[in-house]
Amino acid sequence: MTVRVGNAAQAPDFPEAAKKQLANAQMRRNVRHATDVIRAKRNRVAAEMPDWEALRESARQIKAHTLRHLDTYLEQFEKACTAAGGRVHWAKDADEANAIIAAIINSHGEKEVIKIKTMTSDEIRLNPALEAEGITPFETDLADLIVQLGNDQPSHIVVPALHRNKTEIRKLFLEKMKLETLGDQPEDLTEAARRYLREKFLRVKIGIGGANFAIAETGSVCIVESEGNGRMCLTLPQVFISLVGIEKIIPEFSDLEVFLQLLPRSATGERMNPYNSIWTGISPNDGPKEFHVVLLDNGRSEILADEKTRQTLQCIRCAACLNVCPVYRQTGGHAYGSIYSGPIGAIVTPQLQSMQHSQSLPYASSLCGACYEACPVKINIPEVLIELRGKVVAAGDAPASEKIAMKTASFALSSSRRLATAQKFVRIAQWPLVHDGTISKLPGFLGAWSETRNMRSAPAESFRQWWKRRRKEQHS
Amino acid sequence: MLISLFITCYNDTLFPETGKAVVAVLERLGHTVEFREAQTCCGQMHYNTGYQQEAFPLMRHFLEVFRGAEVICIPSASCVAMIREHFPVMAADSTDPKLIHEVNDLLPRVFEFTELLVDKLGVTDVGAFFPHPVTFHTSCHSLRSLHVGDKPMQLLKNIRGLKLTELPDSDQCCGFGGTFAIKNAPVSSAMLSDKIGSILKTNAQVCAAGDNSCLMHIDGGLTRQKAPVKCMHIAEILAATEPVSNPGSDQ
Repeated sequence: MTVRVGNAAQAPDFPEAAKKQLANAQMRRNVRHATDVIRAKRNRVAAEMPDWEALRESARQIKAHTLRHLDTYLEQFEKACTAAGGRVHWAKDADEANAIIAAIINSHGEKEVIKIKTMTSDEIRLNPALEAEGITPFETDLADLIVQLGNDQPSHIVVPALHRNKTEIRKLFLEKMKLETLGDQPEDLTEAARRYLREKFLRVKIGIGGANFAIAETGSVCIVESEGNGRMCLTLPQVFISLVGIEKIIPEFSDLEVFLQLLPRSATGERMNPYNSIWTGISPNDGPKEFHVVLLDNGRSEILADEKTRQTLQCIRCAACLNVCPVYRQTGGHAYGSIYSGPIGAIVTPQLQSMQHSQSLPYASSLCGACYEACPVKINIPEVLIELRGKVVAAGDAPASEKIAMKTASFALSSSRRLATAQKFVRIAQWPLVHDGTISKLPGFLGAWSETRNMRSAPAESFRQWWKRRRKEQHS
Repeated sequence: MLISLFITCYNDTLFPETGKAVVAVLERLGHTVEFREAQTCCGQMHYNTGYQQEAFPLMRHFLEVFRGAEVICIPSASCVAMIREHFPVMAADSTDPKLIHEVNDLLPRVFEFTELLVDKLGVTDVGAFFPHPVTFHTSCHSLRSLHVGDKPMQLLKNIRGLKLTELPDSDQCCGFGGTFAIKNAPVSSAMLSDKIGSILKTNAQVCAAGDNSCLMHIDGGLTRQKAPVKCMHIAEILAATEPVSNPGSDQ
């Protein structure tokens, strides 16, 4: 099986990549500004819902229930979608999905496709796979277009070009769209994109997208978006292909009531998305004549099998966890080396790769819990991060210095007598390092601390020594 | 009331003043404090870094030490969060019914220091005097795991002489995160830099918190910058009955 999450397997470790990103002051300003704006909007529209917590709990329960019975619901979806005139394909991994999609396009003799934003297609690296077959994919979501034209990587799940500001985008459009003049206002930029894309909407015969939800009961697929490019892709082409991760299933049409309240509020801080498309198979005289669904596993079954980390698959890709994450807000998305960045990326990326790659990601968190608090489907991301750290340690992949430190500490803490001895040792060992009660340079791997921070030195008397002395004094 | 103090391993070693302050406040309120000397550590550092196996015997040891203690007071929200959130998980993983029962029996007896004062003892004025400008850092564990809410603020507001200034962006992590501060030192430092910026904006002389782990981190940055702000555990402020000499210039 060739499970793939973009280029994550080749990416540098998070600490190294983060260090590089931290030096990019412009990118950090862009990310800080954008996440501040989205976060404030999200907080405002979440706060106006009196039943927000109940909605979150409903969403969690629906997703947890679906995951427990995923096999049943997937088959139900296949049946219903097929009955409505759709064709359902099953792909166990990235290569299979790419081959299925390329074969559908080739069967129509087409050389171009238009795409709605789909992170799942970035996960399986669909665009390079199509290009290798001589097929040109055109991204039609504004942010994805910016990423594609800039030969860049998405840095955010919902806002892939969040790391770019309008000056950078203007420069990119001037060059890649071969424009002579272009204003620098957002309207100028969207107008340029509109002109560039309109012609493709009308010409290209095959559309590709993902799914926000796939409904087992009716076989329907749902996509929500803000720009209308999705609606164009869903109505103008002759053929439409949906690439759907198997975790996107929800049991019933009425479940959308819960998710369509939570998703736009959590993702973009909107009460509802400007465009909500739900379609079922094919309809005569309306929309594509041929509709395909590619159900993608690509490592998801393995996550499903682990009861403790299964909740990872509850994710509806709203990216609320990215916008509140103090780590993401410092580093931006590229530091994660995966198209899935931020807290959710830190748990989904290594798990999709059977914990064989991206092992530094579960540690890319201070476990502050802001992600869990913001998550509309209540994924306890800190709990999963800790569980995954346990897997890294159990596989023997933790650094040797850390292992030694942890073993030593667990020995020292195994009894109060040993702890008292260790405290004495610390007081003796620290003396060459202490100046004016503080330590400004620590040895070994602890030196990473003292690059920017002093360390409090251990005082002459521990609490337990004080307590003993006090009792003696009271009794004498 | 007989209150059993779990000082925590790092307070014991690095911040004994916090423990002394807890004892002073509780005794001032007329309670008796015991310190079970066999105590060591809750296992948080091991557990959160992925060494769950090493954390397990530390949990067992904790359960043994505090068996029969009526009320356990812990001046550290993150250690309380470890006990409340992860002891039940470890016990369930062991599938040992006796252990599961013991953890269930333990949890209602565990209190973070400000929880103990406000919820269990019903006190918001401990008779302290602290004539200094103070800002309060809400640790992530106290905010999101313990949901202590405004309990620390209620306690601080009733201190005579104390001028409380709200910390901007108080829900933001200081960047400590245990081993995160070392494994991802540059990111952790960038987070700390934001936090210190917020603290300095308040013009407070003292930055208080319910967790010395955050304070050790914040203090490390403030000291490095030679900033005139002193970090103090909230217990030390609640224990004070006379002005502290030169807060902000003795660091």
